[in-house]
Amino acid sequence: MKKSVYINSVGSVSPQNTLDNSVFLDEIVNYEDTTLAVISPNYKEFIPPAAARRMAKGIKMSTASAKTALSEAQIEESAVDAIIVGTGLGCIGDSEKFIKDIIDNDEQYLTPTRFIQSSHNTVAGQIALGMGCKGHNFTYVHSSSSFESSLLDAKMQLEENEAKHILVGGVDELVDHHENTHRFIGHIKKTPVHTNALLTSKSKGAVFSEGANFFLLSNEKTNSVYSQLIALKTFNTIALERIESLATDFLSENNLSIKDIDLIVMGNNGDIEFDAYYDELSNNIFKETPQAYYKHLSGEFDTASAFGFWLANKILKNQNIPKAVQMNSIQPEKLQTILLYNQYRGENQSFVLLKGC
Amino acid sequence: MSQGVAITGIGIISAIGNNVAENYASLISGKIGISKITQIETVHKNEIMVGEIAAQNDTLEKLLNLDADAYSRTPMIGIIAAQEAIANAKISNINDCTTGLISGTTVGGMDKTEQYFYDFYENDLHWNHITGLGAGDTTKKIANFIGLKESFVTTISTACSSAANAIMLGARMIKSGQLDRVIVGGTDAMSKFTLNGFKTLMIQSDTFNAPFDENRKGLNLGEAAAYLVLESDKIIARDNKKVLAYVKGYGNSNDAYHQTASSEQGDGAVLAMEKALNVAGLSPDAIDYVNAHGTATPNNDLSEGRALLRVFGANVPEFSSTKAFTGHTLAAAGGVEAVYSVLALQNNIIYPNLNFKTPMKEFDLCPETNLKQKELKTVLSNSFGFGGNCSTVIFSKEA
Repeated sequence: MKKSVYINSVGSVSPQNTLDNSVFLDEIVNYEDTTLAVISPNYKEFIPPAAARRMAKGIKMSTASAKTALSEAQIEESAVDAIIVGTGLGCIGDSEKFIKDIIDNDEQYLTPTRFIQSSHNTVAGQIALGMGCKGHNFTYVHSSSSFESSLLDAKMQLEENEAKHILVGGVDELVDHHENTHRFIGHIKKTPVHTNALLTSKSKGAVFSEGANFFLLSNEKTNSVYSQLIALKTFNTIALERIESLATDFLSENNLSIKDIDLIVMGNNGDIEFDAYYDELSNNIFKETPQAYYKHLSGEFDTASAFGFWLANKILKNQNIPKAVQMNSIQPEKLQTILLYNQYRGENQSFVLLKGC
Repeated sequence: MSQGVAITGIGIISAIGNNVAENYASLISGKIGISKITQIETVHKNEIMVGEIAAQNDTLEKLLNLDADAYSRTPMIGIIAAQEAIANAKISNINDCTTGLISGTTVGGMDKTEQYFYDFYENDLHWNHITGLGAGDTTKKIANFIGLKESFVTTISTACSSAANAIMLGARMIKSGQLDRVIVGGTDAMSKFTLNGFKTLMIQSDTFNAPFDENRKGLNLGEAAAYLVLESDKIIARDNKKVLAYVKGYGNSNDAYHQTASSEQGDGAVLAMEKALNVAGLSPDAIDYVNAHGTATPNNDLSEGRALLRVFGANVPEFSSTKAFTGHTLAAAGGVEAVYSVLALQNNIIYPNLNFKTPMKEFDLCPETNLKQKELKTVLSNSFGFGGNCSTVIFSKEA
């Protein structure tokens, strides 16, 4: 008998004030830009300053977010059986600096710290080191389905009772060279977009950003429980004309139909070239379904969908959809079942199903 | 349902051969792939030895019918190895059942990123490589080449245990019924980034690496790609498939000791081996051969040696590291050594641990130094990486 999988706690570092779990998007921070940075937590609360000095931003954000999640669940660090992290690019700031050092200094006078932090699994490794967690430690690095791959790994282990508590997170940092080069190829919007105007921007590209969103997943509920993870599925490719039937298939595989979905949370990023996937669902089969979006608040990055996952969990626990994320005016009769859908540039698409507890 | 997960195809390209047959021929004839570096311009060329794949990029591009400079070297060698594995498994239609791809890489398109880092600012000639830095882009290119659509495709990057972890996830997904078939392994090409990175850690040898030797001087970096095809019992029965070997057990653990070094007593390695034995339902004495991680760094070989002693006690089975042949191929290493483990089982062969002369003073462990015929039922393969990542996969003849 497979065990049920619960999301027991959350921790979010984002361009919004999300790290304090006692509030839920009460005040939206508005931006008008083409890139966003996270609101830096007071890292001293989470990391000794001496250690923090050489730490990559991705590690710092993740530590704050992971520690927040663990303290909310009120479980001992030693009770965590595994750590699984999704990240598109890891601590890419250090990778860039190391490449620059190699080129600028003609391969001389290099120091190891930047190389070490460049390893994609630095975040998962550092968290394990900090907690003394000797369990399963995986890092998934598959663009916009990095976080979902992590969720899937955790779900399998918890269902089979190979682990009881797993820390799962998604993290990516935004740094100069990555930003500059993605401007060249038009993946970042050319003109600033106001937070409230993302969906009507009618331009190519996205507003790039960063963030760290961590969760404690367990096969038993704790007092802080947010939701139950019912199912998820990822797809490397989906043709636009296939999205409706794959969404319907996913629901029916889980004995659900469209009308069972109380809210669909979608990853629209305002890119006129690729938002058609979302429109295909929101204008057709989910036309009568309450809809929410979040990338105007979080920005776009490989693990932005982990912010969407945070949002859906907060909505289920608080039983309230903040006005700022509502995409249509349809109000749900109840908030029990949420479907998340995300894709980036038409690739690495995912469906995730959550249920309130 | 059998306990082991069936392996029906293998594919590899490394410094000792462009395919499975060439790799095996090199292993049994003692032909190594370690030499001075030729394909990357580096100021360190006289101080290091590496394991390069013989084919240059233009040869790989022609082989794959790609435009010049279209892809990084990492996906190109990945495609070649994955295609061989699929052909070996006699798969004619990759989408005829639920098929996935799980690939490990650490560098991804780093070779092109470092080459064009400043050029990107000057002109648009190489902008095709901008998105190539993301590790997932390498896997995406392999998936597209082998024709996967609407499929489960992901990338694992846990440093030098990446491919071993890809095999692990693949086996678990077959067992849980989420996939009928999955291609698992890893790919990493040589880059200035890794050459210089390992240089800063001072664990690169200026001569031929000598795993488990008292006077070992460090590793030789290598490049390779290697993949296995895993298939469910249902597909084996449906297609009347020949099974090459089974993934019998697996375990991953974190040393939680240091960001790059292994713990003195090999705690993480012990846990990984114990977990794998537990999943396989085997006791340590059932292991016939250990294909060790054996990078020839002072730290790894001491830590791994102690871990072997802790798991196997006085009865450590024959063990050897094949890195003296290939160099350390980073994310691909677990895939390379999985292919070698399958070949060991098929041929009842233990590979020699080359360049070993003097036992380490800390213990009296000696690797197998001769090519040895032995009836093998099980092979245990270790892969350890930065971030304390320790992985073990057990391969077997019987399910």
